[in-house]
Amino acid sequence: MTGVRLLVGTRKGAFILTSDGKRQDWDVSGPHFAGWEIYHVKGSPADPNRIYASQSSGWFGQQIQRSSDGGKTWEAVDNTFAYDGVPGTHQWYDGTPHPWEFKRVWHIEPSLTDPDIVYAGVEDAALFQSKDGGKSWAELSGLRGHGSGPKWQPGAGGMCLHTILLDPKDPKRMFIAISAAGAFRTDDGGATWRPINQGLKSQYIPDPTAEVGHCVHRLALHPSRPDVLYMQKHWDVMRSNDAGNSWHEVSGNLPTDFGFVIDVHAHEPETIYVVPIKSDAEHFPLDGQLRVWRSRTGGNDWEPLTKGLPQSNCYVNVLRDAMAVDTLDSCGVYFGTTGGQVYGSADAGDSWTTIVRDLPAVLSVEVQTLS
Amino acid sequence: MIRVVLPSHLRKHANINGEVTVDLGETAATQRALLDALESSYPVLRGTIRDHGTQKRRAFLRFFACQRDISHEPPDAPLPAEVISGAQPFLIVGAIAGG
Repeated sequence: MTGVRLLVGTRKGAFILTSDGKRQDWDVSGPHFAGWEIYHVKGSPADPNRIYASQSSGWFGQQIQRSSDGGKTWEAVDNTFAYDGVPGTHQWYDGTPHPWEFKRVWHIEPSLTDPDIVYAGVEDAALFQSKDGGKSWAELSGLRGHGSGPKWQPGAGGMCLHTILLDPKDPKRMFIAISAAGAFRTDDGGATWRPINQGLKSQYIPDPTAEVGHCVHRLALHPSRPDVLYMQKHWDVMRSNDAGNSWHEVSGNLPTDFGFVIDVHAHEPETIYVVPIKSDAEHFPLDGQLRVWRSRTGGNDWEPLTKGLPQSNCYVNVLRDAMAVDTLDSCGVYFGTTGGQVYGSADAGDSWTTIVRDLPAVLSVEVQTLS
Repeated sequence: MIRVVLPSHLRKHANINGEVTVDLGETAATQRALLDALESSYPVLRGTIRDHGTQKRRAFLRFFACQRDISHEPPDAPLPAEVISGAQPFLIVGAIAGG
């Protein structure tokens, strides 16, 4: 029997939502790790029973939890994220140098092929790797050592490495993104990195076309065509056809091109989804109407998807890791809100249902397609 | 035996019910020795009470004993006699901060 398992991270715990292939009736379990902030929960593509969770707290710091039975039981693994060598400094909000300080893990990305290999994107921005299922972590310090690190500065949410994309066709290539430094790519398994921000224009930085300093909110790719990247930047929805070497804007007819999430249909590489947010000062949908916008042309031409979503008095946000797609024949699309709702569509966005509501603020949504 | 009371989040995290007792043997009974022994018995507590790198108390945790806040005592200062004797517990308390 096929089914899906949603892994939902919230401000006050993790929730696991399961359904069969019809995706009509859902079982909700949780909260797991009640009271802790769960920034991200993600399963291994190589072994769906292996799931990793980032658990953190302002009081008690960072934990990494690991499950080997699909989320039924968990064990705490290593929580030591020590920067390699002398950490150095990045820019603080006032432009002064500020020492790198670990705060939390924003994003966990398990390897596509080995359930014991997993990457962690952290604040202050750095990339860590574990090769033993989270029992130990080592920084891939070539990223911070690229040379531009002293120019990086935090976005409003902190200087976080929030996106990690693994190239399914080239195991040595990966993409990451940092707020507010920009996007970077490695072609040698993480030893060396290059910024890939050419074509981005950010009016809120002194040099709008600078090599680094852009507040990239999220990257997405389709596994069949990993050279095509999509980006939701602070403002602007962007596209690259050459693995990030250059970008062009595809915001097109979006009513506002500020937002956080972006994702790609599981079977249609040119079908992409965003949730436009009014502005960087007003983190809620335009006119109180929660709308997912879909483009079937890889950008520029967008259509609003409203059926089943609140179209009045809705003032929630959808955060950068809070959208996911399943790989069933009719692609499922899911997203969570800061109001604690998780919405799902079993028909690629044409219609939506509320899977669960009144959870704590949703920080992340991932989905596992189970067979 | 020294009695330690942890905040509920850490008790749950370490699968602890009630108080923890720590036997420091011949080791001088200091805050540092107590936390070292506690973390040795419960490795999942490493990093939750003290920062991994600096070993400093995490900012939103406090140490109370004998109706006193001893958070700012030097880590190698002797613990209060009542704590060492077990008459009073060593309390690790989450500060009132945030939601």
